Amino acid sequence: MSRGFRADASGTILGLALLAGTSLASLSLAGPAQAYTVYVTNEKGNSVSVIDTETMAVTGTWKVGRRPRGVTTSKDGKELFVCASDDDRIDVLDTATGKVVRSLRSGPDPEQFILGPQGNLLYVANEDDSQVTVIDVEKNKVMAEVPVGVEPEGMGLSPDGKILVNTSETTNMAHFIDTTTFAVIDNVLVDARPRFAEFTADGKFLWVSAEVGGTISVIDVAARRVVKKITFKIPGVNDEAIQPVGIRITRDGAKAFVALGPANRIAVIDAKTHAVEKYLPVGQRVWQLAFTPDQKLLFSTNGSSNDISVVDVAAEKVVKSIPVGLLPWGVAVSPN
Amino acid sequence: MLSPARLLLAPLALSLGLYGLAPASAQEPASSAVASAIPPSETQIGLIYRPEPAPSSYDAEAVPEDEGVAGARMAVKDNNNTGRFTKQTYVLNEVALDAQASAVDAARDLAGRGIRYLVVALPAAELLAIADALKGQGVTIFNIAAPDDRLRGADCRSNVFHVLPSRAMQTDALAQFFTLMRWRKMFLIVGPQENDRLYADAFKTSAKKFNLKINAEKPWTFGPLAKARGDTPTRSEAMVFTRGLDYDIAVVADEAGDWGDYVPFRTVDPRPVAGTQGLIATTWHPMLETWGAAQAQNRFRRQSGRLMRPLDYQAWAAVRSVGEAATQKKTADPAVLRPYFADPAFSLPAYKGVSLTYRPWDHQLRQPIIVVQPKAMVSVAPEQGFTHQRTPLDTLGIDLPETACKFPD
Repeated sequence: MSRGFRADASGTILGLALLAGTSLASLSLAGPAQAYTVYVTNEKGNSVSVIDTETMAVTGTWKVGRRPRGVTTSKDGKELFVCASDDDRIDVLDTATGKVVRSLRSGPDPEQFILGPQGNLLYVANEDDSQVTVIDVEKNKVMAEVPVGVEPEGMGLSPDGKILVNTSETTNMAHFIDTTTFAVIDNVLVDARPRFAEFTADGKFLWVSAEVGGTISVIDVAARRVVKKITFKIPGVNDEAIQPVGIRITRDGAKAFVALGPANRIAVIDAKTHAVEKYLPVGQRVWQLAFTPDQKLLFSTNGSSNDISVVDVAAEKVVKSIPVGLLPWGVAVSPN
Repeated sequence: MLSPARLLLAPLALSLGLYGLAPASAQEPASSAVASAIPPSETQIGLIYRPEPAPSSYDAEAVPEDEGVAGARMAVKDNNNTGRFTKQTYVLNEVALDAQASAVDAARDLAGRGIRYLVVALPAAELLAIADALKGQGVTIFNIAAPDDRLRGADCRSNVFHVLPSRAMQTDALAQFFTLMRWRKMFLIVGPQENDRLYADAFKTSAKKFNLKINAEKPWTFGPLAKARGDTPTRSEAMVFTRGLDYDIAVVADEAGDWGDYVPFRTVDPRPVAGTQGLIATTWHPMLETWGAAQAQNRFRRQSGRLMRPLDYQAWAAVRSVGEAATQKKTADPAVLRPYFADPAFSLPAYKGVSLTYRPWDHQLRQPIIVVQPKAMVSVAPEQGFTHQRTPLDTLGIDLPETACKFPD
């Protein structure tokens, strides 16, 4: 995926976000937060921007392979995994030095991935190849290749690690994969172009975004059927511009945050009633989201404005925007 | 990856085309398969096209012999990939016509074999003949090559769906962009062929709709200069004929691509060129990479060893329409799918950022149209600020109140 051509009329929105960012007081209201490190992949910059959450400043820009998209840290935070989509590999960086120390054989065009609970298995969506590749990150060994629909992207893992869900953007399904047998056990049809899959912390529900369909499907995991479709309506924004991508749900199951692409907003949703409560204005073409481990802050990648927005989760307010590299795509936060 | 069987079959299909029908699928017996032999979960799709004759000598952009067909093949693969999870399979039946072969005979033969979806890459007259010959037989026809407005107007047929944008949609897309740029004065240059006149007519309607002025209009009378060799001396009269005119942009109407590319950089006054060449409005282009298009570009290039062209994309969208409808309705039954194509609930994601739907009043696929120059995307229509009560997409082309199309049912 890449940036949209239609610049949406959100110069003012960005301005507002910057203005809000000047009042850092709202940040300190959230209490003395632990300092984490935020990693942002820049799809057209072939780099990772590194941000310190205490100073909210970019502390480094690390070179990686071509078209970096999906990003995650190892469980101990010492390694950073980056999908280098156009180099058909996953770069592993030492977070102490910012250097690529090795690369994993990911199969062609890795886009998104998710690390298993033991920290040794990485589940990778190979977008151009209609499969999910399972890699042992320590042995750099392909453990399984699972055929899925056309243009696999979103990767979700149940909290117990037993069910992997992949969404395929052109087949428009959520594929349920058993992580012990690596077999597809079921497929749930969702709306057009599913981009992201996120389980609730209790493992009972799976949320899947549909970028072109403009909806979130909430799937009952046990019954494997859609129990709710969440839709969005923003005054002054074309329905066509509302394109849900990234989803994050708080651990307590209270709130969900959904990035709405070229609508330049993050939706705040009551995760229990599924009511959309408000829209937070962020930068342009917002795609991926990540919480800090304490869930006090949420970061969004804004591809067209080349920045990230910082959301105070409790206050449900955008508190800052930080310029990063070209076309920011993915975001991950260190565990410590 | 291409299977060896496919590699062998591709040239075979063309040579068989000389004798009429070319069964291009290894699984599909060419002869007497009847309707009842097709299992309900298997969907047969026919594709009728006429390959371009090979260029006589070097042509930097010769039309590939599998133009369009390659897009349909990719879509059948995509359909079958999804079909593995829905237990539906799809088979493509390619028919390459030679210059004299009857398109109607080919269509009747496919329909006689039980095929209920036909993708047709032929000019308007042949498309209409096929539509009329198969009337009432429950066959859905997808038009992927004829932009004629009459097919969406007075000559519309209820069994035909139009995947490619009409000329009116193409010229509206350019006119919206000119409006955005405040280029209001046009110099229209019209080629000698009937299609060029139709394109010019569509552009004039667009100009009226968006309040642009056609300050000058001249016929092109200098021959196919774009196909002349680079060492041919510049034809001075072809330059002089742009002298003394007051215009912001030259609009060329040359659907065959004979001379339009000769005009840029040769006008007396330095003016941009748009229309069928220069800045164009189209469905697909190598420079398109947004909305996941990069994935389709890569997948196509790996499959076919060349860049995806608009006709490939249009064939892909037609075959995917069938697959998408079958997935959404959970059946491949033509009696269920046929009315569903025109249902507002049907939608086709097709790398345009929004889902595409067919207009119920003329069966035209609603779609954003890319405005592009040879090496860069320039814009996407509908442009910001052009609004419509239904969807901004309906600011492109003939709207419901203006349509001359009347379906019998």
